[in-house]
Amino acid sequence: MIFEKRTNIRLIACVLILFIWIHACELLCGVGRADDLAAQESRIAAIALAMPAAIGVFGPKGKGGGSGVVISPDGYALTNYHVVESSDSFMKCSMPDGRLYDAVIVGMDPTGDVAMIKLLGRNDFPVAQIADSDRVSAGDACFAVGNPFLLATDFQPSVSWGIVSGVHRYQYPSGTLLEYADCIQTDAAINPGNSGGPLFNSRGELIGINGRGSFEKRGRVNVGVGYAISINQIENFISHLKGGRIVDHATVGATVSSNSEGEVRISEILESSDAFRRGLRFDDEITRFGGREIQTVNQFKNVLGIYPNGWRVPITVVRDGSEFETIVRLSGVHSAERLIEKVQGPPPSELPPENAPRKRQSERQDLSSTPEEFASMFVARRGFANYYFNKLQRNRVWSGFIRHGDFTKQNFDWRIKGELEDQDVTIVLASKQSGIQIGDSVFVLDPERDLASQLVPPKSGGLLVALHLWRKLLVSGPSRFGDVIYFGTIPDPVRDVQNDALVATTESVECNFLFDPSNQLMSGMEMYPGLNSDPCFVRFVDYQVDGNWAPQLAPLTVPREIRFSFSGNPERIIKVVQIEFLEAR
Amino acid sequence: MRLAILRKLIGSSVPLFMVLVSCSHGPLLYGQTLKGLVGYVQPKIVKIMGSGGFQGLEPYQTGIVISQDGYLLTVWSYVLDSDVVYVTTDDGRRFEAQLVGYDPRIEIAVLKISARDLAWFNLDSAGVVNAGSRILAFSNLYGVATGNEPVSVQQGIVAAKTKLSARRGAFASNYRDQAYLLDAMTNNPGAPGGAVTDLEGRLLGMIGKELKDENTGAWINFAIPIGQLADSVHEIRAGRMVVQAEMNTRQPTEPITCQLLGIVLLPDIFAKTPPYVDRIISGLTAEQQGILPDDLIIEINGNLTPSIKEVTRQLSQIDRDDEMEVTVQRNGKFLTLTLGLLR
Repeated sequence: MIFEKRTNIRLIACVLILFIWIHACELLCGVGRADDLAAQESRIAAIALAMPAAIGVFGPKGKGGGSGVVISPDGYALTNYHVVESSDSFMKCSMPDGRLYDAVIVGMDPTGDVAMIKLLGRNDFPVAQIADSDRVSAGDACFAVGNPFLLATDFQPSVSWGIVSGVHRYQYPSGTLLEYADCIQTDAAINPGNSGGPLFNSRGELIGINGRGSFEKRGRVNVGVGYAISINQIENFISHLKGGRIVDHATVGATVSSNSEGEVRISEILESSDAFRRGLRFDDEITRFGGREIQTVNQFKNVLGIYPNGWRVPITVVRDGSEFETIVRLSGVHSAERLIEKVQGPPPSELPPENAPRKRQSERQDLSSTPEEFASMFVARRGFANYYFNKLQRNRVWSGFIRHGDFTKQNFDWRIKGELEDQDVTIVLASKQSGIQIGDSVFVLDPERDLASQLVPPKSGGLLVALHLWRKLLVSGPSRFGDVIYFGTIPDPVRDVQNDALVATTESVECNFLFDPSNQLMSGMEMYPGLNSDPCFVRFVDYQVDGNWAPQLAPLTVPREIRFSFSGNPERIIKVVQIEFLEAR
Repeated sequence: MRLAILRKLIGSSVPLFMVLVSCSHGPLLYGQTLKGLVGYVQPKIVKIMGSGGFQGLEPYQTGIVISQDGYLLTVWSYVLDSDVVYVTTDDGRRFEAQLVGYDPRIEIAVLKISARDLAWFNLDSAGVVNAGSRILAFSNLYGVATGNEPVSVQQGIVAAKTKLSARRGAFASNYRDQAYLLDAMTNNPGAPGGAVTDLEGRLLGMIGKELKDENTGAWINFAIPIGQLADSVHEIRAGRMVVQAEMNTRQPTEPITCQLLGIVLLPDIFAKTPPYVDRIISGLTAEQQGILPDDLIIEINGNLTPSIKEVTRQLSQIDRDDEMEVTVQRNGKFLTLTLGLLR
């Protein structure tokens, strides 16, 4: 009997579940429709959120053009390099509000096909919300906004909805420069004119800049395969672009190839490269790069493609079964001069005099297109998209720094007393001669001679040269130091922050002065005595206000620790006991 | 636990994933993501590399895994006309594929790779849909994906379900039967052989070749419904269709050439330079066996040779140990000669 009862209960339970199941299905169908409507509402909301920041970019004299997107309220906007390539320095941009704005070129990334422009005349432009494009997956809904076929005569951009077809796509360079690495592939219609326009996720957040389609057999129309440069890649370059530069992508100084076992190995390596100095060798197998697993050459190129030159990226290699990790400093893909030539033509001196000079970016200025009130916002200088913005950023960094104390008001000699691992240290920094005494050893630097040949103390990589130039920058300021440009941000090698970098060049020595954006203080410097040398890396730590050392001046903020390292050696610490400022001899 | 009951109720043959997906149609259409579904289908698609790579013929296409142990469905095309065809699975493993057989009437082929435990589509449980249904298309269009990169996914709608009337160049396509015409740009280079599924990840069709509409000349996007080709696939797998030995129009390793025959043709300067014999090198085969200057080569082994390029191509198919029949036009008359280096 009990057995039968159980069977009954089972039967009833089954019927009940079936009943609920059937009704649930019906309910779900209804819910499905409601969901469709809800999804439509959210789609409309996403488009409404995203659309106002989309812009149309118009070429000179009504020829050509493309799209773009505003990313800051003061008007900085992104587009493709190939959209502005043939433009004047000033251009016209439309917004969905129906107005036409003046805009000026700011920075260019010819390799990554990105350009930054600045819309002028407002400080409250609508901006796109930026998403983390590494979280985008194939199958995600997305939409493109732009001006395909330049249809939008009323400045209302077109929207095309689709899905993400693939992520981390690598598209080989077309010609010699343009390379789409780690890009997002979409079936949202991307047509000519969409170039430079934004790709948004289903929430209306910016995930990429549309730039390229697979236009091959069927003419230049959408074939369901469009590529967007990921916004995460662009973010690595944004500060560099804001600095008015023509930025370059990077190489590790080695080529890689995959073998039949699916391993990615170093097939060639330059002995002058940082990678070689960090210990990488021919035939090493690369397993990780930039925090990602590497199994194919494309994956390696994808990682490489998202970084500016000068950045340091962790790399893991396996040799003879054992693994080691190091950090390599990337160098430019193109020689600086080659990149500039690609964009701006050969330098004036190389032009055959009998030929009419080719129109160069810096000389392209059609004065009639320059709005008078903004004319000062373009300054031509070879190697820069717009030098005006480099000075702007350099001055921003420098004025932030000297708020903590302006050393340019005096030209004293400096005497720093401190301790280095139980030894007394005295450092004298002066325009005419600098020196350092560690224990009983004394080293002297003669600034009249080649600095790169005076790398003392031994095994420091030239600490005295670095500190000598540190003082020189502080007392003379960037405008009198020599050639000092704003580079952009570089990740701090020790802490998880991005430093603003000023690059100062004197003779063959190049210094990167690094400024912490959170407090504007100089957090460190790298002194490179030559192109293919390891730097002396100096960190300035534990800044404190010191009002006593020069009573006639305002209080200055000085570091209490000077840490230095060279070529992978452990960092050494000079504890500063006293800084004295002496009347120049 | 509850999921286990659910699975029991609806039968274990349907993956649980599909059930969960089918409960959430609406959000999938426009919603946040089809990521899960895409990740469920992509492992069942492979990239196929073979011959091509010239004159706009891409050396790659796509394939669908139709058994756990490595049977693959794809389109029958020049890509497979190669000594070695490589297949790359979703996880990046690369295999040499064997051609099991093909059906030229509907232009499909079945390949086999020596893999186990592949994710696969069961052709017998493929779905059937009508116009208006939402679909996803999976393929390696433009060869975008290499190695372990997942194939591309596109979305669209079945615009019509109708008989195909399409052409390739001037030739009508072999397949003239029912097809899903799609509003998505699916039939791109490299895409043929890809999968079209519904939004539950059920296989509906195989992306066909790159074809144009017979009347309008517009590129069309279409898939062949699985129901139209499943029987053929079974026949091929059962060994009742054309087998590998017959299919490869393999080129001889040492083909015959004009130089070997002692024939010098006119300089090949036009797209279709007529293959007139310019001169004959004395003492070689052509002179001995009756070819004269100013002969126009009309056919080689029964194949028309309207251009010098075509003569070169035909000769490259003939081993230098073999004889061949050459028809020439001489003084307004046709003349067929048998040539052979060993005669």
